[in-house]
Amino acid sequence: MGQATTAEQERVRIHLSARAAGPHAQTAGQARNTTQSMLHDDWCEELAKASCEVFEIMVGGVLTVPSEPQPPLVPDFAAMVGIAGGICGLVSIRTTAECARRIAAKMLGDEEIGPAEAAQDAFGEVCNMIAGSFKGRIAGMADGCALSVPTVIYGRDFTLFSLARGEHHEVTFLFEGRLLSISLDLHS
Amino acid sequence: MKPARVLIVDDSSVMRKIVGRSLRQAGLDVVQLLEASNGSEALSLARENPVDLILSDINMPLMDGLEFVRQLRGIESTQQTPVVMITTEAGEGHVVEALSLGASGYIRKPFTPEQIKERIIPLLRG
Repeated sequence: MGQATTAEQERVRIHLSARAAGPHAQTAGQARNTTQSMLHDDWCEELAKASCEVFEIMVGGVLTVPSEPQPPLVPDFAAMVGIAGGICGLVSIRTTAECARRIAAKMLGDEEIGPAEAAQDAFGEVCNMIAGSFKGRIAGMADGCALSVPTVIYGRDFTLFSLARGEHHEVTFLFEGRLLSISLDLHS
Repeated sequence: MKPARVLIVDDSSVMRKIVGRSLRQAGLDVVQLLEASNGSEALSLARENPVDLILSDINMPLMDGLEFVRQLRGIESTQQTPVVMITTEAGEGHVVEALSLGASGYIRKPFTPEQIKERIIPLLRG
């Protein structure tokens, strides 16, 4: 079900970014963290595939890779789902309120989205499905990890700071011309 | 196929709407659509309102979908009601556990209307 198409695979391949983060990322630990990151480079690709799958099937829209540099994303919406078990960390998705409302509207069949709660609900579910799809793609993780219920933050001028302090994988997409970022932060 | 009364259990109101819409897209004639946001609420509804089909999420607050199925099967009037789990939890262990507790089927999110049709329509015919 929902296997990535060749075009999708190509689209995500050119868009992978994985970096090691953490207190020693710029010092002697850099090589070690880079090695860890390289071990899981395919996870970034799987995160991108999971994201594309969820948007294509459940949102009814296509995620595209920005063809040129984008201004920094200033998110109004962030949704998070924790992963615990064989791996521990956090899957998060960030975007603007406008984009989150558009995602909710598309999910509900282009209905007008009234209360912010609907957009929060939809955005949380999108994050939940991306996390679920992602872990289902990693060998041994489908049963080896549990997901938390989604948490959604809505507001302005906030910073999402994960205490995971391990690997950080991030993919950035455009949804109908609006920027959104999807991340995986792993405990070291 | 006869018109069906359906109970959808999910803590997301957006997902409940999407599942309801998918049922109609699959060709199901839904005459009554009941909604619950957790297993406990769903148990109360199922006791008081006989339905032909229940679609339930697993990860929910208060009472999750697995406990809901377990308790549902202990109620004489709902022992035979088809229950399909629709969830992001797609591991083999979750499937086995859900089926062993009495679930009739399993659909992973994200899902297509075609998958809904394939898995659910036969249950209503049977």
